[in-house]
Amino acid sequence: MRYSIYSLIRQALRGHRGWTPAWRDAPPKPSYDVIIVGGGGHGLATAYYLAKVHGISRVAVVEKGYIGSGNAGRNTTIIRSNYLLGGNVPFYELSMKLWERLEQELNYNAMVSQRGVLNLFHSDAQHDAFARRGNAMRIHGVDAELLDLDAVRRMAPFLDFDTARFPIKGGLLQKRGGTARHDAVVWGYARAASNLGVDIIQNCEVTGFLRQGDRITGVETARGRIHAGKVGMAVAGNTSRLAKMVGLRLPIESHVLQAFVTEAIKPLIPGVVTFGAGHFYISQSDKGSLVFGGDLDGYNSYAQRGNLPAVEDVCEEGLALMPILSRLRMLRSWGGIMDMSMDGSPIIDVTPIESLYLNGGWCYGGFKATPASGWCFANLLARGESHQAARAYRLDRFARGYILDEKGMGAQPNLH
Amino acid sequence: MRISCPFCGDRSSGEFSYIGAANGWRPANGSGQTPQQEFEAVYLRDNPAGPHEELWYHAYGCRSWLKVTRDTRTHEVIAVRLAKDAVS
Repeated sequence: MRYSIYSLIRQALRGHRGWTPAWRDAPPKPSYDVIIVGGGGHGLATAYYLAKVHGISRVAVVEKGYIGSGNAGRNTTIIRSNYLLGGNVPFYELSMKLWERLEQELNYNAMVSQRGVLNLFHSDAQHDAFARRGNAMRIHGVDAELLDLDAVRRMAPFLDFDTARFPIKGGLLQKRGGTARHDAVVWGYARAASNLGVDIIQNCEVTGFLRQGDRITGVETARGRIHAGKVGMAVAGNTSRLAKMVGLRLPIESHVLQAFVTEAIKPLIPGVVTFGAGHFYISQSDKGSLVFGGDLDGYNSYAQRGNLPAVEDVCEEGLALMPILSRLRMLRSWGGIMDMSMDGSPIIDVTPIESLYLNGGWCYGGFKATPASGWCFANLLARGESHQAARAYRLDRFARGYILDEKGMGAQPNLH
Repeated sequence: MRISCPFCGDRSSGEFSYIGAANGWRPANGSGQTPQQEFEAVYLRDNPAGPHEELWYHAYGCRSWLKVTRDTRTHEVIAVRLAKDAVS
């Protein structure tokens, strides 16, 4: 069923009893051309582009829970392409361009809102660093503006401009950046992929791999064996667990990142604001809640929840940036499993094992990459070669010395 | 999440700095490691969902290095000993 104002009116007149399921709850077939393990944003986007762009629709997305139950359902919704390194900027800008036409392409309201992403800076050195990043963006044709103090004051008057400890000196603004409704992105890709023939198989945990000699020929699941010509892993924080089933050790550590929402209030924060004297980011949902987060807790975790020291740290940063937050009540907090890579940048590559492909290492920046990750992973699965925009995301870059250390922190995943 | 420091007792995890997995990740200089072994030690991780041996530094306490066995699925701390006493 195509969604439109006419379908809305038609269904309203029928008491909304005629809406059909957005995707087929497909039972597993004996075999497919491609199996994608992981029904999050990246896995579903990959399946959609395999069918749409490459004409490969004998595809199954195999998800251990319900689609979007992992990090796709837990992130702080920010989309942006304001990166520094040449290996990163074109990829995230590809994603940004896909975001801009996503809702029309999927015929689904993903609430893509290009409300601007403002990175504040608080010292002369940081001003220079942010100017450098803005120039790197512009060299790649991405929009970037350096705002002075007055411009920031006009854009975000609710910030604390009187603090001597973290004086706001200005900000790097990407106007085209913003937010998108994460659950809708999952459902939009699922519906579009399912309509093109992709089978979405939920409650189907992969428990092992099928092999013929050195080749992967399918997966062992809770719902039986499924054969495939190729298997692509897109399971984010669970990548190491899945890879272990084929004896693969990876440059990934799984860490917990917490996120928070406050009670709903009237419009206060028009765009996304990030704190430069720490790691804190905040925006406001259309429902009125302030959505914010900060650093990782800092230790390996698969628990999908964190601990109170991190909660305190994040709230302290928020209050340093916006004392106005002190009057608000926190409504909800939760955690996800971040696949922290050894340089803070992702991996979209073949593995040493034939017919097994890897998409992971997204750290806490996977949501904004959803469209481009799907686009590039589909390209790799269909054509057997890296997409131009993802050519730096090789698994062997750590051994070869071509790491993409955007933050400059070294092989310390909890610092990325 | 609390860590039972051998000197200081039960402390909030916020008093500690976390370095990461404890399984011999830093090979000694001149110990005859091949480049492949050095690469694996620096960049590859087991990253288990379950009991995990890891190094914590009691930064805001006695400043001891501790080898902690902790379940990464539940955050339950299973064992804590001084790193120097725990041969890796």
